[in-house]
Amino acid sequence: MRRILFTCALAASLHGAALGQAASPPPAQAAPAAGRQAAPLAEDPALEERVMRLAEELRCLVCQNQTIADSHAGLAEDLKQQIREQLRAGRSDAQVLDYMVERYGDFVLYRPPVKTTTMLLWAGPFVLLAVGAITFAVVLRRRRPHAVPFDEAEHRRAQALLAEETPEIRT
Amino acid sequence: MKLKLLIPLGAFLLLAVFLFIGLGLNPREVPSPLIDKPAPPFKLAKLDQPAESLSRDDMKGKVWLLNVWASWCVACRQEHPLLVELSKQKVVPIIGLDYKDQRPDAINWLAKFGDPYDLSVSDMDGRVGIDYGVYGVPETFVIDKNGMIRFKQIGPVTPEVLRERILPLVKELQK
Amino acid sequence: MIGEVGHFALIIALMIALVQGVLPLVGAQRNITTWMNLAQPAAQGQALFVVIAYVCLTVAFVQNDFSLLVVAQQSNTSLPLAYRIAGVWGGHEGSMLLWMLMLCGWSVAVSAFSRRLPQEFVARVLGVMGLVSVGFLAFLLFTSNPFERLLPAAAEGRDLNPLLQDPGMVIHPPMLYMGYVGFSVAFAFALAALLSGRLDASWSRWSRPWTIAAWSFLTAGIAIGSWWAYYELGWGGWWFWDPVENASFLPWLIGTALIHSLAATEKRGVFRSWTVLLAISAFALSLLGTFLVRSGVLTSVHAFATDPKRGIFILGFLVIVIGGSLLLFALRAPKVGLGGAFSAISRESMLLANNVLFAVACASVLLGTMYPLILDALQLGKISVGPPYFERVFVPLMAPAVFLMGIGPLARWRGSQVPELAKSLRWALLASVLGAAVSLLSGGSLLGSLGILLAVWVVATTLALLAEKTRNVSGSFVQRVSSLPRRVTRAEAGMLLAHFGVGVFIFGVTMVKTWEAQNDVRMEPGDVATLGGYAFRFDSAAEFNGPNYIGLRANVVLSKDGKELAVMQPEKRMYKAQGMPMTEAAIRTRLGGDVYVSLGEMVSETAWAVRLQIKPFVDWIWGGAALMALGGLLAATDRRYRLARREERAAIAGRVPAGSA
Repeated sequence: MRRILFTCALAASLHGAALGQAASPPPAQAAPAAGRQAAPLAEDPALEERVMRLAEELRCLVCQNQTIADSHAGLAEDLKQQIREQLRAGRSDAQVLDYMVERYGDFVLYRPPVKTTTMLLWAGPFVLLAVGAITFAVVLRRRRPHAVPFDEAEHRRAQALLAEETPEIRT
Repeated sequence: MKLKLLIPLGAFLLLAVFLFIGLGLNPREVPSPLIDKPAPPFKLAKLDQPAESLSRDDMKGKVWLLNVWASWCVACRQEHPLLVELSKQKVVPIIGLDYKDQRPDAINWLAKFGDPYDLSVSDMDGRVGIDYGVYGVPETFVIDKNGMIRFKQIGPVTPEVLRERILPLVKELQK
Repeated sequence: MIGEVGHFALIIALMIALVQGVLPLVGAQRNITTWMNLAQPAAQGQALFVVIAYVCLTVAFVQNDFSLLVVAQQSNTSLPLAYRIAGVWGGHEGSMLLWMLMLCGWSVAVSAFSRRLPQEFVARVLGVMGLVSVGFLAFLLFTSNPFERLLPAAAEGRDLNPLLQDPGMVIHPPMLYMGYVGFSVAFAFALAALLSGRLDASWSRWSRPWTIAAWSFLTAGIAIGSWWAYYELGWGGWWFWDPVENASFLPWLIGTALIHSLAATEKRGVFRSWTVLLAISAFALSLLGTFLVRSGVLTSVHAFATDPKRGIFILGFLVIVIGGSLLLFALRAPKVGLGGAFSAISRESMLLANNVLFAVACASVLLGTMYPLILDALQLGKISVGPPYFERVFVPLMAPAVFLMGIGPLARWRGSQVPELAKSLRWALLASVLGAAVSLLSGGSLLGSLGILLAVWVVATTLALLAEKTRNVSGSFVQRVSSLPRRVTRAEAGMLLAHFGVGVFIFGVTMVKTWEAQNDVRMEPGDVATLGGYAFRFDSAAEFNGPNYIGLRANVVLSKDGKELAVMQPEKRMYKAQGMPMTEAAIRTRLGGDVYVSLGEMVSETAWAVRLQIKPFVDWIWGGAALMALGGLLAATDRRYRLARREERAAIAGRVPAGSA
């Protein structure tokens, strides 16, 4: 009983504390106690979220080790602007990514496309896992303990030992 | 010796081969997906006469070089003398794409370092650059008579690249 | 003068290393005792000269000797002292000298703490480490001389990269290298075992504490690196699956498989070949990481300045050392099938499953990291493999491993009955499912709830194991708890702490990823923005002078429910020597999470772009990792690794036969 209570309390308390700290839904527009409300940097925060999500999939070609979402390079800002305009014009996420790939090649995508040359990449982990699983199964089969049956003499001796009040100590 | 014990060694040696090849490659270079594809269309104001413009189709029928440059670009100064030399030989027209620059700065820069371009056009906001997949200045494209991109040089044009890749290609395309 | 002394010391160290690398190994093979006995003194001698060289380089840095090329490249007169000392490992050459220092440290430790091991075995271990030293010293002297002169001397240095001028910078590389280099000990033990043909349980028992210690350091090193990136880089990320990050993660994954496999080999004599292979692989991956960072083969923010000559050297070294070891493995690996039998549900099978999963995870991360290179080499185009791929692949592999982590310690060796296991685990399972349900009901994502399930599972199963240990103790709850120290060995305690740390880690990652929030606003003095129940008021921004930079500091007042909590001070700095701008985020850390404020660009005469972030429980990520490392160190210092020495002393003292105490 104690254990049930304890584990429930554990699970729930972790969560309660977590939610107490966790963020509320999208930035509130409620007026705070004092001071002027700061304007969001972007004109359209909802669109901006989409822009950022796409920007996180794209590599900044200038610095090459950041997404264009994180980069402040000129080209990164220009490309983010392109994404913004295209999304505003109604293009889909896939179309915007295609636009980028047309101009910069597959290198600009952080999520490698699925094509014949990347088959090995995407399938690789599954193949490896399958190999691992087969190895696991084979080893288990080989290692399975075999019950070795006693023969008559060993049976009698075992019974004799079990019947004794004080076990013999072997010297 | 069981053969399967050699698998780790085999896998490792395969990896080592790739690493060895990798030492000769440049991971930062981004090849252009536009090679052998039509050059993206543009219509931009000329640098000297902003009232007039040049479009991609104006160059159809000729083999030409498109050189992306800017007055703020330090590396451009490296290749510039080479381009000036090349323009004197009148082998192939060179069109300059002045990328994300200010007109007065650009004109001053050309006056100071020489103007190898038949003419330059202004890509103020870099949109045309994006269409051409420009990510670092300078870059140079070789475009054929039908308006197809045949070669892209990333970074300054060196004498070797000019001698061994660009000029032979231009000659070939001009036939 | 200092430079020449240091250079000379390295040359002497190389010569001693040659002695250490060759004679003991030959001596062990041919039973020449004098040669075998050279191993320990050689290791200590080599260490002495490497320390001399290292001290020389440090003194050169501290004294601003710009006639040494590396000092001119990495330092500056206005660089604070701590960073001049840390700057020794800021560049490639100095960091390799740090590697050597660590290698010598581990070699000396092995020479000091292995008195109860047969000399023949120790000679082989130190001999292998000596050969590794030869490779690295040769690399230093022939391609990366830290004592190269710059003549005429520079008037002023170029300064340490501002990104590296930070306390995290001081700790991260040494910790990481302690881990990388520490795996060379496990590697040397494995090779010594292969060479001597002695692959019994004692080999694994001797190897375990060293391997666990190395793993702990690597864990700490990676965690510090992640934490440093989080607070230094200014946008709140902490893991990017960057090639060099992966390069440090790969040996960690195999190292984790290794320490678990060693347990099975020690206790039951199973998986011997597998453990040897893992030991070789862990060090191989450490070397591979070194190669990747310094050869220019992969593009990364971490990469040192590259030089093809260095790349060729390291690759050659890699091929000789690892190729040679794997060949030795193929020739000498013990016949498979040794050791006891075990059934499908047993601790051995759980550990085997763990091994398989971690190995597959490691291979997958390796595949993703190398794939762009492979395609480029085959001229099949250039692609990028980034976080979307790794997250898709890694998480599904680790989830089952984490699940098994709860069951494994409760399973018996040889075989466990499922009903018995289920009985011990049912409360843990219930708690986990409840946790996941609460998460889903609160609006958490599916993936996030899975994370909560796993985190609660780990914690609960740890508690279940403790309960199991005290099951036979009668009395109250308090009495049961206080009986724990007697019933749990240090090694077990270490394991529990480390596993608990994994749970904490998973909880942190899940909570941050599910519940983090961000607000990009434009702020002028007087503006207020809100996020996550907090209010942020931008008060002012002013310039100030730092030791080697010009800074701009903004004051942002943080309050909640009308009560002022703190003044957060994000900064932008322009480091004078390199002209490099840096963003220093202001972070307020609490147990429940971080509030993160960073300054962007000025968007107008008076207004700034400001990024506000709430990161719930983010520090639990590194807290969990710290617990893992501590658990490892606890386990590595278990008494029984020292037991033999006590028995020896008792035997000598009282003429009591060993083992009958």
